[in-house]
Amino acid sequence: MSIAALAPAEPGISGPISMAIDVHAVSHRFSLTGSQLPVIETLDLSIAPGDFVALLGPSGCGKSTLLRLIAGLERPTSGSILADGRPITRPDPSRGLVFQDPTLFPWASVWKYVATGLEARGRLREEHERVDSALALVGLEAFADAYPHQLSGGMAQRASLARALVNDPALLLLDEPLGKLDSLTRLTLQAELVGLWQRNGFTALLVTHDVEEALLLSSRVIVLSDRPAHIKAEFRFDKPYPRHRDDPDLVTLRRSILATLGLPT
Amino acid sequence: MGGSTGLFAAITGGVAVLFVILSPIVPRLGGTRDLLLHYGPWFVAVGVWLALWELTTAKFGWLPKPFFSPPHGLLNVYVTDGQRLLICIGYTLRLWTLGFLSGILAGYAIGVALGWSKRFSYWGMPFLKLIGPVPATAWIPCTFYFFPTTFGASVFIVALASGIPVAILTASGVSSVNRTFYDVGRILGADNWYLIRRVAIPASTPHVFVGLFMALYYSFAVLVVAEMLGAKYGLGWYIQFQTAYSGYANVYAALIIMAILCAGLIPLLFVVRDRLLSWQEGFI
Repeated sequence: MSIAALAPAEPGISGPISMAIDVHAVSHRFSLTGSQLPVIETLDLSIAPGDFVALLGPSGCGKSTLLRLIAGLERPTSGSILADGRPITRPDPSRGLVFQDPTLFPWASVWKYVATGLEARGRLREEHERVDSALALVGLEAFADAYPHQLSGGMAQRASLARALVNDPALLLLDEPLGKLDSLTRLTLQAELVGLWQRNGFTALLVTHDVEEALLLSSRVIVLSDRPAHIKAEFRFDKPYPRHRDDPDLVTLRRSILATLGLPT
Repeated sequence: MGGSTGLFAAITGGVAVLFVILSPIVPRLGGTRDLLLHYGPWFVAVGVWLALWELTTAKFGWLPKPFFSPPHGLLNVYVTDGQRLLICIGYTLRLWTLGFLSGILAGYAIGVALGWSKRFSYWGMPFLKLIGPVPATAWIPCTFYFFPTTFGASVFIVALASGIPVAILTASGVSSVNRTFYDVGRILGADNWYLIRRVAIPASTPHVFVGLFMALYYSFAVLVVAEMLGAKYGLGWYIQFQTAYSGYANVYAALIIMAILCAGLIPLLFVVRDRLLSWQEGFI
């Protein structure tokens, strides 16, 4: 795998560092009382290993559903999704997911919460130091014994990131992870996300409402249509990090993306 | 009845002397001062209450014998029948402990299953809803048939009274757990067994404790009925026995003991709860 050069410094689990995702003609419908609601309509998408891809689209268009399908939490109504060529049938520790809400366990300390991924697979005893390194990655070492209600929104979302990173995922799915944070915390965490991605080398798929966030973090922005979602436009760009929001190229891209979304530029 | 009038007078007199001695030194007491000051109004209220009680019963007879009894009448019960009451307390605590513990354990297991499994809930919930409101006395005929000993039948009735609220509240607690918590677990590779142990059970614990507090009250309320079943000792049995012989002073005396026992167990349950639920907001 070409991306192997970006191997993480941490002692990781063996296995691929990043993952290719292939979405083939996926359609998905929700069964509501008596009727079927089409959410995704014949969607095709290929993500190369190690890419950082952003999904943009109007609210309620099925972006989160697509992430849940790729995570394996739900099965698509039709079509197939492949992870490194193998069909996704159920959730797997190699594919991490961070939700918009921190979803910390109120009864568990930060350390215990982050340890969930190891404990669930019966690996906590042998690999408990991975919890500490995951906490160190997100800068939460000092809060290992804190409980969720003692954390700020940014710290809670950091804990969620550490929880997802403890399994060393080859794919990190991010469902508007910074959507509810204040703008200063968001800027800090955007930079940290890029840092984690560069350092660990996983594939990242970010759902966001924020065009600027997509431009600052990803190298490929996919704009989805209104429900049922299909790909409306795609923007690829190659800019070194750290990026600046005032970069003229990004400003131009931002205009085109907003125009695609049908918003005033 | 007159046997304890002197003793009662001596005790109240002694307490009065104690308060007289305390009154000048209270301001100079350290930590106990605040405690005494805090309960001061209650000390006065208890004194007034006892005085009114004596006046309405023994002095003027407005509340007639044998339906009412003056305080020294109750004291007399403890003095003359103390031995038997102590044995009764022992028997009642044995019955209550066995019934309550087996009831809440079974109720908890059933509640987790009802809350977790849709199929179990489909078949089980209607039964629980039917059984829930049935008064404990209604079970006596069939418990007599199913249990080889009357003691077993009594334990079953206490267990049923404690188990039902625990089962209902545990089930509602487990089924109301935020679904995203399960998603988080599944993403990380957790199986169902892990999700039950590490997500459903801790998340539903606040509900379970509401059920446990209800179970504590119900189990005490049902003790009298449970001890109707051929018991030879026990506070419930004592109450029925004395009611039959119009020994109402003895009935009140036994009721007071039961109330104190129940009230004494509640702080114990609070200690357990505070320890297990220390993660809740506001506890730390």
